Amino acid sequence: MTLNQHGLTTMPHATTPNSYRTGPDERGHFGTYGGRFVAETLMPLILELDRAYEAAKTDPAFAGELSNLHTHYNGRPSPLYFAERMTEHLKGAKIYFKRDELNHTGSHKINNCLGQILLARRMGKTRIIAETGAGQHGVAVATVCARFGLPCVVYMGATDIERQKPNVFRMKLLGAEVRPAVSGNATLKDAMNEALRDWVSNVTDTYYIIGTVAGPHPYPAMVRDFQSIIGKEVREQMMTAEGRLPDTLVACIGGGSNAMGLFHNFLDDKSIAIYGVEAGGHGLDVENGHAASMNGGKPGVLHGNRTYLLQDDDGQILEGHSISAGLDYPGVGPEHAYLRDTGRVTYVSATDKEALTAFQLCTKLEGIIPALEPAHALAYVTKLAPKLKKDNLLVMNLCGRGDKDIFSVAEHLGMEM
Amino acid sequence: MTQRTRIEARFADLKAKKRAALITFITAGDPDLATAREILMALPGAGADIIELGMPFSDPMADGPAIQASSLRALRAGHKMAHTLELVRDFRKADTTTPIVLMGYYNPIFVYPAETFVEDAAAAGVDGLIIVDIPPEADDELCLPAIKRGLNFIRLATPTTDDKRLPAVLANSSGFVYYVSITGITGTAAPDVYAVHKQVARIKRQTSLPVAVGFGVKTPEQAKAIAAGADAVVVGSALVSAIADSLGKDQKPSRTTVTSVVKVVQGLSQALTKD
Repeated sequence: MTLNQHGLTTMPHATTPNSYRTGPDERGHFGTYGGRFVAETLMPLILELDRAYEAAKTDPAFAGELSNLHTHYNGRPSPLYFAERMTEHLKGAKIYFKRDELNHTGSHKINNCLGQILLARRMGKTRIIAETGAGQHGVAVATVCARFGLPCVVYMGATDIERQKPNVFRMKLLGAEVRPAVSGNATLKDAMNEALRDWVSNVTDTYYIIGTVAGPHPYPAMVRDFQSIIGKEVREQMMTAEGRLPDTLVACIGGGSNAMGLFHNFLDDKSIAIYGVEAGGHGLDVENGHAASMNGGKPGVLHGNRTYLLQDDDGQILEGHSISAGLDYPGVGPEHAYLRDTGRVTYVSATDKEALTAFQLCTKLEGIIPALEPAHALAYVTKLAPKLKKDNLLVMNLCGRGDKDIFSVAEHLGMEM
Repeated sequence: MTQRTRIEARFADLKAKKRAALITFITAGDPDLATAREILMALPGAGADIIELGMPFSDPMADGPAIQASSLRALRAGHKMAHTLELVRDFRKADTTTPIVLMGYYNPIFVYPAETFVEDAAAAGVDGLIIVDIPPEADDELCLPAIKRGLNFIRLATPTTDDKRLPAVLANSSGFVYYVSITGITGTAAPDVYAVHKQVARIKRQTSLPVAVGFGVKTPEQAKAIAAGADAVVVGSALVSAIADSLGKDQKPSRTTVTSVVKVVQGLSQALTKD
């Protein structure tokens, strides 16, 4: 095994490191992934953000303010719910749902936005920008901006604006300006390009709230830290419920923030099996027909970090496809790329069809309408759980609710609204 | 002492003539390979002192609408990195003195991969590289291998690059320093000439390299004003927009595509050469 000066593996498929939780190094590397690949105009801003976050991280006042917001505004802790009928149906592992869909605004995205808006305020920033795909992150950003009285511009692909109308309306109600990104295929990656262009043009007053564990360092580590409250709660809640740690964790992966939030706390509990479920779209064998960057892509550099990307042989980024706008991104957080190569986390995929089936199953069996994103995680649970023993404690992150998806689900199922 | 590059030779020559360099940007393969080749060949005659050739990328984050569109036109016409190097090789057969700098984003080079890319680029006759999304903190990625192979690595300095950070930006820079005249993307806001001259002077206090100014310079008048306090002026979006405006309804090149770019370059060149 090759270790660099920070004790991180520098070779893919290296043998087991002592800890999976020490990354990133000070240049933002998780193994060979991550880093800071941005234009010079943004480098000083990113270094300033890094310093501000390092200071905030160790400030009890910052932690106190965030914790207070989580309790009284967000509604944390979210329940760890024993999905009894799902368990009976699948006849295997004992299935728990981490109910992050019950958060204020309906997904895990708010966990990160609360942390970053407090940081933006500490830094004296007076204008907020963000990118969004399905609109869950955009709504969460618009929400915290309303709560703290800051103007907010959300970039969203023109295609996504069309397929996620309810969230666009919510953002507007909350006072955000939704600007369509019209370049490329006009989806999430193009929205991120536009947000970066905005940031380069507004360097003094603007704070960019990235919604996932990707982007230039410190974003991947910072967003992970803000989402890690999910895993911390699961650890305590499972100890209370079962007197021991879970055996299996499952979460869906787009950029990978809900998954890092659940996984990070447990990475060094090596007996726990961890699965990330990518969006298989029409199938991994369909060219440009999926959004599984780790199962169907290769390493590259985009949006400030090195990670697995959907791309052609010439290094041009592909758009990918998923039924879920929230998973429809050609990259993935660099820490996932590292966890993939070291083998600590197993990355699998679920197709559009499998996710739709799981969506309906969850709705009918548990009375919970999941978002299409965690429906991918559930689709894999329906395959995995029957193979596991009845005393295997499985936790799936139910990271968003499906209200936003009912229109597209109706269309896919050919149902009248 | 390593051999003088074409970029260094060109700046030395222009310094003797007491004239600022005109650096022109076009995107390789825009609007298609054959037309791009014609434009490229016509640039030196029209007055371009140094040529920046953009490597098309699907996600040009630092570029404004004009250059984004040119990148997409090239990619839709089937442009590959191999074609970019082919253009340079063809150009070198006809012109052995005009420097060519490839400009673009890291990913297409990373997957090439980087070590092979600097080899092939140098062999094709490329003189320097400007890669927008590799900061000096990541010099080991491409900058150092490029220098080792005799290529200049031209770094961008920006209004946000303060005096404390400037030495890091200049450390492995060679050929020239590219000062980004605005905080923004290419071809949008017009630079404030007075502020730009002050910034160029600030950079020149820390380096003996020539300083070129770009991003937002469009007209001969702007070019002339900027050139009064800089060693070179970079114009890109104005050329690329001329290409876009000349295209037919089917987005195919017309009879005026090459000549319209030539006219823009001639106008800029005249502004820089006459007193």
